[in-house]
Amino acid sequence: MLLKSLSELNGTSGDEGLVRNFVRQQIESFTETITIDKMGNLIASKNGNSPGPKVMITAHMDEVALMIIDITSDGFLKFQPVGGIDARILVSKPVQINESLIGVIGAKAIHLQKRSERQKAMSFDQLYIDIGAKSKEDALSKVKLGDYAYFITKCELFGEGLYKGKAFDDRVGCAILVELLKNDYDFPVVAAFTVQEEVGLRGAKVAAYHVAPDFAIVIEGTIAMDVSDREEEGWVTELGKGPACSLMDRATLYSPELIQWVTDIARQKGIPLQFRRGSSGGNDAGTIHVSKAGIPTIVLSVPCRYIHSFASVISEKDYLACLNLVDELLKDLPRKLGVNLIDKEEIV
Amino acid sequence: MINTQMQRSREFLSLLSIASGVSGYETSIATLVKERFTTIADEVRCDTFGNVYALKKGNNKSYKKIMLAAHIDEIGLIVKKIDPRGFLSFTSIGGVDQRTLLSQEVLVHGREAVPGIIGSLPPHMLQDGDSEQAVKMEDMVIDVGLSPAKLNEVIQVGDIITLKREMLPLLNNVIAGKSLDDRAGVVVMMVCLDELSRLQHAHDVIAVATTQEEVGVRGALTSAYTLNPDLAVAIDVTHATTPDTKGQVTIELGKGPAIALGPNIHPAIYRHFSEVAQEHRLPIQIEPIPGSSGTDAWAIQVSQAGVPTGLISIPLRYMHTSVETLDMQDVLDSGKLLAHFIASLPNDLEEFLCY
Repeated sequence: MLLKSLSELNGTSGDEGLVRNFVRQQIESFTETITIDKMGNLIASKNGNSPGPKVMITAHMDEVALMIIDITSDGFLKFQPVGGIDARILVSKPVQINESLIGVIGAKAIHLQKRSERQKAMSFDQLYIDIGAKSKEDALSKVKLGDYAYFITKCELFGEGLYKGKAFDDRVGCAILVELLKNDYDFPVVAAFTVQEEVGLRGAKVAAYHVAPDFAIVIEGTIAMDVSDREEEGWVTELGKGPACSLMDRATLYSPELIQWVTDIARQKGIPLQFRRGSSGGNDAGTIHVSKAGIPTIVLSVPCRYIHSFASVISEKDYLACLNLVDELLKDLPRKLGVNLIDKEEIV
Repeated sequence: MINTQMQRSREFLSLLSIASGVSGYETSIATLVKERFTTIADEVRCDTFGNVYALKKGNNKSYKKIMLAAHIDEIGLIVKKIDPRGFLSFTSIGGVDQRTLLSQEVLVHGREAVPGIIGSLPPHMLQDGDSEQAVKMEDMVIDVGLSPAKLNEVIQVGDIITLKREMLPLLNNVIAGKSLDDRAGVVVMMVCLDELSRLQHAHDVIAVATTQEEVGVRGALTSAYTLNPDLAVAIDVTHATTPDTKGQVTIELGKGPAIALGPNIHPAIYRHFSEVAQEHRLPIQIEPIPGSSGTDAWAIQVSQAGVPTGLISIPLRYMHTSVETLDMQDVLDSGKLLAHFIASLPNDLEEFLCY
């Protein structure tokens, strides 16, 4: 299964190679051109010579992970996060290093802790990875400074109609984008599988500049906090209620007109849709929508519980509805953009 | 031969490690142990407390009884409350560090085993200072992804929860996993019985897989009473050094079993372990314990009219987490040491143990 393969591949910001190669293999047979740009973004296009608006659809390939920054004299690995990770999830978990090596993030046993220690979280500089090395030299024969350590989690069916796995942010977007590329539209479609979203939306910035699309759609995995006794106003998004359309986040204010368009199409086609009811976080739209003279951009996200952790959860229904909605939006896009493009020329 | 024993021990430990057996709920792990012991012992039986006994007969007619004890129970969690939206609150059985639980996959043992996740908040939503405080166990919930209706069919308050973890290979025969405390001790007993089948030993050996150690060494209490052995050795794990235990811990991983001495230990037993180790060139480390060893040995020593007791411990990092880490070589060395210890005991135990 595409999502399972993508979820279980390891690729953090600056180390997206495995994901990029996999995606490339998946899409080779149904895209016209595939290039890798100077940042490492994978750019694939269809219908490049058709007239009409050029649409860029993006999903980022990178996930959050850990980078090895030092090795102690007794062979333990010190690390720092790549992207946003709450250090409190790391204790007592296994990690994968260099595809062949497994390590564990342990911590002093409860028997050896003072009572007060048990209430305090451990920070990145207190934690370390144990790979079973006998010495610093032994560790250095297997690990280099700058290597990455990844969460180890199997992607599996979970509960009723859900999936559990790591890196759904944003492999779920990558999976949807691969599926979308199987479809044919009568205008140029450029798929950008971007790098370095988790460290500042950097791959998308470069891609938006050189692709120079007339319109952009970002597909994401986003925060869902519909858990336990949390009040509904704090949920941001909810599993099983369809893809979430972004209204506002740390990096972008989304166009009310485009939000209305998304809402109308979802209603017309009977596709469930929810709004992203929170303003924390940001995504590739943040750099795309201010690229060049400004690019109209929308974001549709699959709600994802426990994002940026070892085990996040999405709903299969939301995944399929997101794929369906983006497809319907693309079909309607020439009609929608026809109007806008004329407006733009008039202004010029 | 050596490699086969390493492989066999590793496979058995992996089987035991991923099995579920929280204190008081040891039935399924006990079955696994019983099956394996049946293949290497003369007689295997269980008692009403869940303890499993494997007898290997000695060749002395006026035999004495040597008891070995390693516990099969593990720490775990238990469902405390099910909220209206189907999330589970829980509390712990045994000493669980709440800081090891966030973002952990679990199995809820209801009418069927249901996978769950102990949820964590996205880092994007944390307020300043949040990440400095440990999340309290009572503020955590388990997500099983089931609607309340379906959930109520399979899960109820009081169901046992175990952590989900495969046993993982690290470098140099080092492995990590859950419940190696004290399933590795059970593997030591297996290696010991294996070795004893090639060695002459005068006395009967009864290897006991004990229950309820983590909640107060209770299986050892009842099994020691039942057996009333002439000599007993408990096999458990002990803390091994890590970067954050300097000054607190002296035992190192991969340097051989730790042989305890102190009030819990009969001095002749400690002495004999040291001599046997030297004779057979097996590495050992010395672990002075000034009071309670916190192991089955503590209960066994004061059973009935008193039992001369020893303790050997496998060095282990990150005790009571799901990534307990040990060196398989220490496990094998412990088993061999124990076998040679037993084989070299004199026929006259009374004199040997005389103060």
